[in-house]
Amino acid sequence: MSLLGLAGAALVVVSGILILGLPLVRRKSRPTFRNIPAFTRLRQAIGRVVEDGSRLHVSLGRGALTTPQSASALAGLSLLRRLADLTSASDKPPVATSGDATLSILSQDTLHSATRAAGQAAVDPTSARLTGVTPFSYAAGAMSVMHDENVSTNVLMGNFGLEAGLLTDAAERENAFTLTASDSLPAQAILYASGQEPLIGEELFAAGAYIDTGPLHTSSLVVQDVLRWLIIAAILAGAVLKLVGIL
Amino acid sequence: MIRGILPVVFAIAAGILVLAGYFIPLPFLTDLRTYLVDTAVILAAFALFVGIFNLLIVHWNKIHLKQKGMAYSVVLIISMVTTFLLGLVLGPQNVWVSNIFNYVQLPVEASLMALLAVTLTYASIRLLRRRLNLLSIVFIVTGLLMLLSTAPLPFLGNLFVINGVPLLSGYLRLFIAQVLAAGGARGILLGVALGTLTTGLRILFGADRPYGGK
Repeated sequence: MSLLGLAGAALVVVSGILILGLPLVRRKSRPTFRNIPAFTRLRQAIGRVVEDGSRLHVSLGRGALTTPQSASALAGLSLLRRLADLTSASDKPPVATSGDATLSILSQDTLHSATRAAGQAAVDPTSARLTGVTPFSYAAGAMSVMHDENVSTNVLMGNFGLEAGLLTDAAERENAFTLTASDSLPAQAILYASGQEPLIGEELFAAGAYIDTGPLHTSSLVVQDVLRWLIIAAILAGAVLKLVGIL
Repeated sequence: MIRGILPVVFAIAAGILVLAGYFIPLPFLTDLRTYLVDTAVILAAFALFVGIFNLLIVHWNKIHLKQKGMAYSVVLIISMVTTFLLGLVLGPQNVWVSNIFNYVQLPVEASLMALLAVTLTYASIRLLRRRLNLLSIVFIVTGLLMLLSTAPLPFLGNLFVINGVPLLSGYLRLFIAQVLAAGGARGILLGVALGTLTTGLRILFGADRPYGGK
């Protein structure tokens, strides 16, 4: 194994041990995270969805599972599951849209699991939809969901491209609450300008910890913070070593 | 009971084997990793059929229940079935099938792209109304500076020239794009990479199960 491979494997193993170990060590005390207002407003919007009988729309983007962009979609699926649990008392089930077929199947399965856990009847198979397979056909399909299905809260979380601007614009026209997050840099720029509550960078992966999805979500966020500090220390050490001429 | 556990066992085992195949250079593991990834790609191709069938059902239900926007659903189903049948009978390389893509799909998507330019301009104006803070101002000013420095600007472009290099399209644009923006982008990408790592590990531990749920 090469030195780089060894370092990569060590990073994965150490992160894994920390994610599993932290909930055991810190059973009683819950770590405190900085306040992200978008998540507070999301909780309020979820409350409104349940109260007024409107619909929650979660759009998972186009990150195919066989590509490196799948992580953002998987984070979106995890959030979908939690939001489906939170809205299980609502008259209308959440609707999930995506631009990738594997994602649409997984979102259908996620909604099905949430419905089963809530002890309700079988979920409508059309609640999870593939709205299009090209960027703009996906956006056009998701826009019609926002327009036609009494959606009051939109969560756009996953891998998007420039088409994200059309989605946020459609949500704005319907006066709906919109939380947006993407792993793609161009989409983040667009969502920052046009989204109501944009999440930047790794905040996308913090959603689970902020809406109490489970102890492993909390510990994985702590691990992200630990690793970030290690990277900062490594960058600073590298800069100092370069400055003094050792590197 | 077993029905619930089996998908989790398979998913975790497949995940661990693929991950091990990347780090441990054993021919057996590398072959197994390639086989598992290839199988996933084939399954994803089948998933496309399921997804398109799902899309067909959604729009069929819309027509059947006479819901809002059913006219669009009629157009979608007719277009989808026609394109599918033409592709099946004539083959994807046929000139008629190519024409459907080149003269229908492409112009429609290009017009949506054009619409996006207007949407984003409007969104930038709205940004200051919605979130008037330092970051929003920096965002708008940076965007304007980049637009100005990239545009030809026949008379203004060479107004401030230092050592033969224009200030706006030379020094300033390069400083913003290659120093400030590149630094920020790397920071964001590092954060995304860490998030990707922990998300992958949670799936590997079976804490998140989008494939059969819990």
